[in-house]
Amino acid sequence: MREPVRIEGGATGAPSLEELLARVAQGDQSAFASVYDTVAGPVLGLVRSVLRDPAQSEEVAQEVLVEVWRLAAHFDPARGGATSWVMTLAHRRAVDRVRSAQAASDRDARAAQLDRTPAYDEVVEQVEARLEREQVRRCLGSLTELQRQSVTLAYYRGLTYREVAELLTQPLGTVKTRLRDGLIRLRDCLGVSA
Amino acid sequence: MNTAELHTLTGAFAVDALPQDEQHRFEAHLTECTACAAEVAELRAAAARLGLAVAETPPPALRDRVLRRIGEVRQESPPSGNSQRADERRPGRAAKWRTYALAACLAVAAALGGTAVWQHQQADEAREQTQQARRQTTQLAELLASPDARTISGGALPGGGSATAVVSQDRDRAALLASGMAEAPDGKVYQLWFADGGTMRPAGFAEPGTGAALLDGRVDGASGMGITVEPDGGSPQPTSDPVLLLEFPA
Repeated sequence: MREPVRIEGGATGAPSLEELLARVAQGDQSAFASVYDTVAGPVLGLVRSVLRDPAQSEEVAQEVLVEVWRLAAHFDPARGGATSWVMTLAHRRAVDRVRSAQAASDRDARAAQLDRTPAYDEVVEQVEARLEREQVRRCLGSLTELQRQSVTLAYYRGLTYREVAELLTQPLGTVKTRLRDGLIRLRDCLGVSA
Repeated sequence: MNTAELHTLTGAFAVDALPQDEQHRFEAHLTECTACAAEVAELRAAAARLGLAVAETPPPALRDRVLRRIGEVRQESPPSGNSQRADERRPGRAAKWRTYALAACLAVAAALGGTAVWQHQQADEAREQTQQARRQTTQLAELLASPDARTISGGALPGGGSATAVVSQDRDRAALLASGMAEAPDGKVYQLWFADGGTMRPAGFAEPGTGAALLDGRVDGASGMGITVEPDGGSPQPTSDPVLLLEFPA
């Protein structure tokens, strides 16, 4: 499977992120510097979208980027593209941080946590202000309202589908389904093939 | 949950929106469902685009810190075979196997310890000590073999060593596995703590070097564990910043 997601900036003929990661896996630090320059911005932006706190976001972004170095040999191009691999790591780590912080502050009061989650409109406003890519904005706009709300709250805010359901007062099954068909529509609109 | 319902979880899984228990069930399902794995890969690629769209310019200091740090971090070798998942941080199969391997090693250690105990059983004091050590070993083995045991690795220790915590919510116990922990300064000891939100609860002591220590007391909802350097005999509350803090998974 090829990775169609390319981050702009690489000159034609420059090594792909996949090739760079293969070199990083051999301990090549200069290849890692190139990987850093390609993914650090997206990693930091995604982590900050989930965590919001700037200092904590930088700390988690740093952990993710060091993790890319440490786990480069585990990247398997047969399972998806390099960008997707890095962003999956970043999202997972940001979500882990949010959930462990919630667990630490109050294991039982999930409702209290939901109170601290900004209203959906506010989320959309914050995120849309930062959406730099017209194509992503347009494709998000092609989703139904509920698909877009579910995908945005889960991805950009790191909520579980249960929390999304609670926030949007929708049945659990509906949110699960909307997450899936929303992402499928997004995939088709963006022309992503894994 | 039946198989048809499991298939619909690809979307929630791709954006990390499953609670931990459902996530583990779905990961098990993924190893048998090629179509689901392919769909997850595609949906993750689509979600990654959402991430790229909110990219921001990182501060130059972050680059310096990351590039310096990788000079100190050992890389993992490639997974053997192709059955391992790309995302190794999940406390999934790999972590469980490590736990079982550790438990097996401890079982051998306990058996050898038993022989040694036999030879010294005349001395009551020695017997009392070894029995205590064996109880600890047994408890440690039970903790490590517990199906819900989770390992939290990646803690760097003073002197270049590393540490892994193991916690089981079912058994309500936690342990620290350390390797290459430097000697504590003169007149000082390493004290272990459970972290409860902002407060620390004493949980015994750790020896320098390489070994495993069962934390004293119950996990009792603690959010993590820490190690501080304290005056000989320990302190009721930490008197210095932790040399290590590890967060338990939610």
